Amino acid sequence: MNVMNPDLAAPDTGATPELTARDFTTDQEVRWCPGCGDYAILKAVRGVLAEAGRRPDDVVFISGIGCAARFPYYLASYGFHTIHGRAPAVATGVKMANPDLDVWVVGGDGDFLSIGGNHLMHALRRNVDLNLIMPNNAVYGLTKGQYSPASATGMRSPSSPSGSVEAPVNAALLALGAGARFIARSADTLQDHLPGVLKAAQAHRGASFVEILQNCVVFNDGAFEAVRDKGLTADRTLRLEHGKPMIFGKDRDKGIAVDWPSGTARVVPVGDGGPVYDVTVHDQTNLALATILARMDAPDLPLALGVLYHVPADDFTAQRGDAPRRVIDRVALTGLLSAGKTWTVGETDAA
Amino acid sequence: MLDQPTPPDLSDNAAAQGPAVIRFAGDSGDGIQTLGAEFTKSSALTGHGFMTFPDFPAEIRAPAGTTFGVSAFQIQIGGDRVKTHGDTVDVLVALNPAALKTNLSALRPGGLLIADADAFAKRGLEKAGYAANPLEDGSLDGYRLEAIEISRLTREAALPEGVTKKEAETARNFWALGLVYWMFAQDRTPTAAWLKSKFAKRPEIAAANTAAMDAGHTYGDVTDMAPPPRLRAVAPASPRPGTYRTLTGIDGMVLGLAAASALSGLRLHYCSYPITPASAILHGLAKLGGEGVATFQAEDEIAAATAAIGASFAGGLGVTGTSGPGMALKAEALGLATAAELPLIVIDVQRAGPSTGMPTKVEQADLNLALHGRHGEAPLPVFAAAGPGDSFETVIEAARTAVTFMTPVIVLSDAYTANAAEPWRLPDVDALADIAVDRDIDPDGFHPFRRDAETLARPWAVPGMTGLAHRLGGIERSAGSGHISYDPDNHQEMTDLRAAKLDHIRGALPPAAVTAGTDAGRVLAVGWGSTQGALKTAVEDLAAEGHAVGHLHLRHLSPLPRGLGEIFALYDQVVVAELNSGQLRGHLQGLFPHVSFRGLNKVTGQPFTVAEIDAALREDLS
Ligand SMILES: Cc1ncc(C[n+]2csc(CCOP(=O)(O)OP(=O)(O)O)c2C)c(N)n1
Ligand code: SF4
Repeated sequence: MNVMNPDLAAPDTGATPELTARDFTTDQEVRWCPGCGDYAILKAVRGVLAEAGRRPDDVVFISGIGCAARFPYYLASYGFHTIHGRAPAVATGVKMANPDLDVWVVGGDGDFLSIGGNHLMHALRRNVDLNLIMPNNAVYGLTKGQYSPASATGMRSPSSPSGSVEAPVNAALLALGAGARFIARSADTLQDHLPGVLKAAQAHRGASFVEILQNCVVFNDGAFEAVRDKGLTADRTLRLEHGKPMIFGKDRDKGIAVDWPSGTARVVPVGDGGPVYDVTVHDQTNLALATILARMDAPDLPLALGVLYHVPADDFTAQRGDAPRRVIDRVALTGLLSAGKTWTVGETDAA
Repeated sequence: MLDQPTPPDLSDNAAAQGPAVIRFAGDSGDGIQTLGAEFTKSSALTGHGFMTFPDFPAEIRAPAGTTFGVSAFQIQIGGDRVKTHGDTVDVLVALNPAALKTNLSALRPGGLLIADADAFAKRGLEKAGYAANPLEDGSLDGYRLEAIEISRLTREAALPEGVTKKEAETARNFWALGLVYWMFAQDRTPTAAWLKSKFAKRPEIAAANTAAMDAGHTYGDVTDMAPPPRLRAVAPASPRPGTYRTLTGIDGMVLGLAAASALSGLRLHYCSYPITPASAILHGLAKLGGEGVATFQAEDEIAAATAAIGASFAGGLGVTGTSGPGMALKAEALGLATAAELPLIVIDVQRAGPSTGMPTKVEQADLNLALHGRHGEAPLPVFAAAGPGDSFETVIEAARTAVTFMTPVIVLSDAYTANAAEPWRLPDVDALADIAVDRDIDPDGFHPFRRDAETLARPWAVPGMTGLAHRLGGIERSAGSGHISYDPDNHQEMTDLRAAKLDHIRGALPPAAVTAGTDAGRVLAVGWGSTQGALKTAVEDLAAEGHAVGHLHLRHLSPLPRGLGEIFALYDQVVVAELNSGQLRGHLQGLFPHVSFRGLNKVTGQPFTVAEIDAALREDLS
């Protein structure tokens, strides 16, 4: 016999009140460097939360350590600023204890890909219902500018004065390899794009992984100029839309054509009323396409932004099938204690 | 290491009612642990007090017949005073030469040795490194040797049941068990019933094993292989009335955690990464799935600890368990739980180290790690379980402390307690006190680090509760508002507060008490954890001889109980006995500089014997 645990938030039933970004704003002074890309990400997140309409009391932000990991202090929800790299594991525990919460995990590229690489991989493969957002500035901000696992080979930094010799991690590819079922990419400045991606991530039940290219004005300024520079971005990035041909360019005159047998993509001209039949249509459920998209990069190909891959499946809680609201009671305990072989010593044998 | 003292006189004519020690030894493929478990069950049902000691190799399947593949199981059975698995063995059953070689030193002079003569052929002897057959060369003259063709007799008994020759031979362990049952006049029917259900799908195997057991039993009868009279006279215990079961330290932890969940109404989340010997807790709790207990096999010990912290943050009872090397990995997370002031239970089933050390052997050398192994000053309670039954109580007390005071608590067990089994009287579940969880938190003016004056605990608001949204973190927070603070005086205040919490916990725990021997006098033996049985037995024996010696066993290693200094002052000498090089002694010496402490230490991977402690205490008494 089990009793119900009254502590856990019940699923939202009643009408949700109208919320604004303000409802998710704390009184804490935000302490990022002026011009840091994290401000824009914070703004987008607050807006998305307001729109989603979950009570702030049912929203949880878990983070590791780093500049990006300071998010929880600035969001008027439940929050837990934990230890470097371990936020996905903490969040997994939160979800085990209460699957009804809307749980977000925030970490930088160092947090998620370096010290926490293992935990990220396992949260993704387990498909824990978490919204994992990774502001990627391709550098360690908080510890003052060392190269990170996402830094380009050759990057000079205090810990790599002659240039890093290490190959960077492709986060989207890593997430795909780990079995993530929602993978998206956006950038801090793309306020016409980032909120939509975050909204889709939140709506996805299971682990959603969003890489957000983020400018660190102090230690890696301009690292993603292709995305951020208004003059360049149209030609250097591709905005994905499920079911739509993959067309990009200022004049929408370029398309991506995938050569399936070789698993490669190339840019093909589009327009002038010419044939568009060889431009590949984005299918976010196609794992092979997602792999190709994740790898596209300058100089030959645009960077793919938007939802690269989205195939829902049962999340961790559903797979486990255990009911967190059930709590063992004394009757059940008595049964457990006396399970197996027991023997009784009678009153008469009393010493 | 201590010198082995001369064992007390256990010859056949000595005190008739003493307990007896039996050890079964054979190859790891011989089913020695099964045999031990069955003998234990039968001992329990015939009303004997007992304590067991499974001693198995770290290798899963070492090459058959080698000395490093030997598996052994020792049990002491007898009256009420059995608190250890016994120092020296009265009856040794050796199923092959390697088992004889590695276990003979435990057999007392004049003790009974039963060997399978068939296994002492050329190949087996060579593998064990014997130049000559010890059963024939007179080297065993100091013992009472019974070399029996167990393999042949087993085959003859088992083959008619329709099994293969190989299957018949593997019933050897049950032949030996049957013989030992006869020697101790124990009941075979529970084992026969167990075989029947275990091999329900292959009844001929059950029949073959039962036939072998019966044959062994009959052998004792017809050859009238008279056991030493003292053994036949082993007295049953006269325990308190009640319902009993066999409990290992692992069972104690598993059931204690389930009880903590029931008493608190909190769902238990046990997060762990496999490691010997702690894995068995994960296995035990996983079996209870659906009973309000959730288990999570994390990717490593760091994830296990942090997931447990996450579960506690979200309102569950987060528990993580591990052994030595895994404990080292959890250090950073323990700092976080201390700073965030969340309840958490961390179980460390210690094993011999350093590093991978000897995973299946016992040591108490993680005490310093438990007491001090965190960065910054992060004091937290450290409790130790003194045996299987005590594991149940200790873990409940740990949960109560964690929830009441909003703190992580470390519970130490060890490889000996984990696997040892003893009879355990089932507690009256209705009499167990609730673990109160106070969720009556007023959102008006709520802040997450406002403290209860009595416990210094902060309120445990959990995500989902209306109006109580808050942020926690490992960054130092203002004692007033709970917001991030780098203020120097505030850090001093918070550090002092965290330390003061331990004082409040001390106040809630029972005071120190001498539990065996005399309340004052020459020597006080202080111990902790699994050494309790040996210490208590030695002290009681010495006290019975008229010596002024007492025994004090510490469950609470941090905070230490009240009144300890006063008790120390009542004795001329305090001996601190532990299976390490003096970790508790060093800790106590620092806190009680005027007390003269002497260490009784052993780091061999084996538990203390009563005789070792007896000899060491006598040095101070003479
Ligand atoms: C165990 C541990 N190791 C190292 C650190 C130091 N540290 C803090 S943040 C950080 C890297 C931050 O980089 P990133 O995650 O990319 O975040 P950013 O600051 O760039 O947003 C490091 C190495 C730490 N806090 N804990
Ligand atoms: S160091 Fe870089 S990432 Fe950190 S706050 Fe400053 S700009 Fe942002």
